[in-house]
Amino acid sequence: MSQAAAERLKERLPDAVADSYEGVGGDDVAIVKKERIEEVCRFLRDDPELLFDMAPYITAVDYQGEEPRFEVVYQLYSTKKNHRLRLRVPVPESDPALRTVTTVWKGANWYERYCWDMYGIRFEGHPDPRRLYMYEGFVGHPLRKDYSLRGRQPLVPERQVDEPFRGPGPARRD
Amino acid sequence: MANDTDTQPEAPDALEAPFPTKRMHLNLGPSHPAMHGTVRAVVDLDGEDIHAMKLDIGFLHRGFEKSCETVTWNQVFPYTDRLNYVSSIMNNVGYALAVEKLCKLDVPDRAKYLRVVTSEMHRMSDHFTLVGAMGLELGAMTVLIYAMEARDLLWDRLTEICGARLTSNYARIGGVARDVPPEWEAKVLKTLDRSAELREEIDKLLTRNRIVIDRLQGTGVLSRAEAIGYGFTGPCLRATGEPYDVRKAAPYLVYDRVEFDVPVGSNGDNFDRYLMRMEELKQSDRIVRQCLRQMEPGEIAVADYRYVLPPKPEVYGSIEGAMAHFKLIMEGVKVPAGEAYSYIEAANGELGFYVVSDGGGRPYKLGVRAPGWNMLMALPEMLEGQLLADLIPTFDTINMIGGEVEQ
Repeated sequence: MSQAAAERLKERLPDAVADSYEGVGGDDVAIVKKERIEEVCRFLRDDPELLFDMAPYITAVDYQGEEPRFEVVYQLYSTKKNHRLRLRVPVPESDPALRTVTTVWKGANWYERYCWDMYGIRFEGHPDPRRLYMYEGFVGHPLRKDYSLRGRQPLVPERQVDEPFRGPGPARRD
Repeated sequence: MANDTDTQPEAPDALEAPFPTKRMHLNLGPSHPAMHGTVRAVVDLDGEDIHAMKLDIGFLHRGFEKSCETVTWNQVFPYTDRLNYVSSIMNNVGYALAVEKLCKLDVPDRAKYLRVVTSEMHRMSDHFTLVGAMGLELGAMTVLIYAMEARDLLWDRLTEICGARLTSNYARIGGVARDVPPEWEAKVLKTLDRSAELREEIDKLLTRNRIVIDRLQGTGVLSRAEAIGYGFTGPCLRATGEPYDVRKAAPYLVYDRVEFDVPVGSNGDNFDRYLMRMEELKQSDRIVRQCLRQMEPGEIAVADYRYVLPPKPEVYGSIEGAMAHFKLIMEGVKVPAGEAYSYIEAANGELGFYVVSDGGGRPYKLGVRAPGWNMLMALPEMLEGQLLADLIPTFDTINMIGGEVEQ
């Protein structure tokens, strides 16, 4: 089973697929060009031999120091054929944007918002392009490798507690 | 009598007084008894009808991924406990399987059985929690009490092997943390008997209950095609008629050696989702009993000290043992560079881990595919046009767990 889906994708859309290989554990992986992602996904969903009707997980990775820096990773599954495919889409830091696939699978909605929130990758044509976890007004994208681990941005100023065993409040309260 | 038949039947709403309603925005949560966890829902109401609904999440976001990137591979286990805190061993097992996939590691048989036994017990506790909480919110307090008794009995058994009710931290890369105490199997069988009794009680209280049926049937419906498009998995997907279960579709551990059925619904409404849970309780019971019969004494972890801590006499008594111990604690397991996606059937659906390693002792990237994510995402679509009161059971049956969805 392995490799069949990626091979078919490469055969039908040769100029959209940069590479395909067998991942660890026999996973089927294809590296797709970012300009063609929506078209590739639509093909994968509608092709009668592939029928990838579900996108269980979409996430991104920050390969800092490499070019292109980011990668958006799509895990696809077909409930009808019971096979899986992983698409890796390299995204350069200079233009971190690609087409949304919410038009193909509705379930991509929050995953793409997650990628925008955490990695700053924009999805063009997304119906609700807000941050997912962080609040509006948050600066930066926390899962980028250059975002400081101690990069605190409290919405409400954090209180300075002098006596950690007593807690905040007026002195001689107790 | 004749007069009655002569009069025209009146339109049903002819006698109703005009009752103009105003559109109202209602804020549910983030801290609200019916919104488990901390989800904020803004509902646009027309009387009692939900016109539009918008979800706002992130109040429980703790930076799971960022935290995991800074600790060694084995130190991630306590963090995974806090994803789905009602069934934490399944998170442990899912993560361990993902790392083992990258390491190309196969764990001993007994470890596999122990993982399955504890996972299925946690699946039962998860389903009991759901059914109990749903009963409570629909006004059936008794159900909650029964479910809590069953759940805590199961947790007592798990406490005996891992020392905690909720934060189990039981699996390890290459095996499990410890073997079962003596007489544990017999106790588990008794616990299963008792929880089956309680399940029967709950079944009698809820399944044919007029109030419950009225509240659940036909509410929160999502069609099969929509559910697949939204990426539903687990009981919520199976309630729509799609028989996808990772344990059958891509068997892992020992699920190919045990017999169990996958219940499949047809309507995709709250009632079907509830029935899926009740049937899966039975099936998990079956799996645990079979595993306990098949399980044989043996090793509980691989004897490869690149992955597993050596036993203490070796650490204190030999230089190789001390070195292996030191390197594992200080540097962490050296996972080969690469990326892998591994998925298991957790209580609410497919729990996936996307791991990327750069060959070092810490995860380069650890992405969690939480099953509740997709269900929560589809909640507005399931509820638009329905009553505000339907929000409560729908929110219950999708069983969104804040810990894993908000990471």
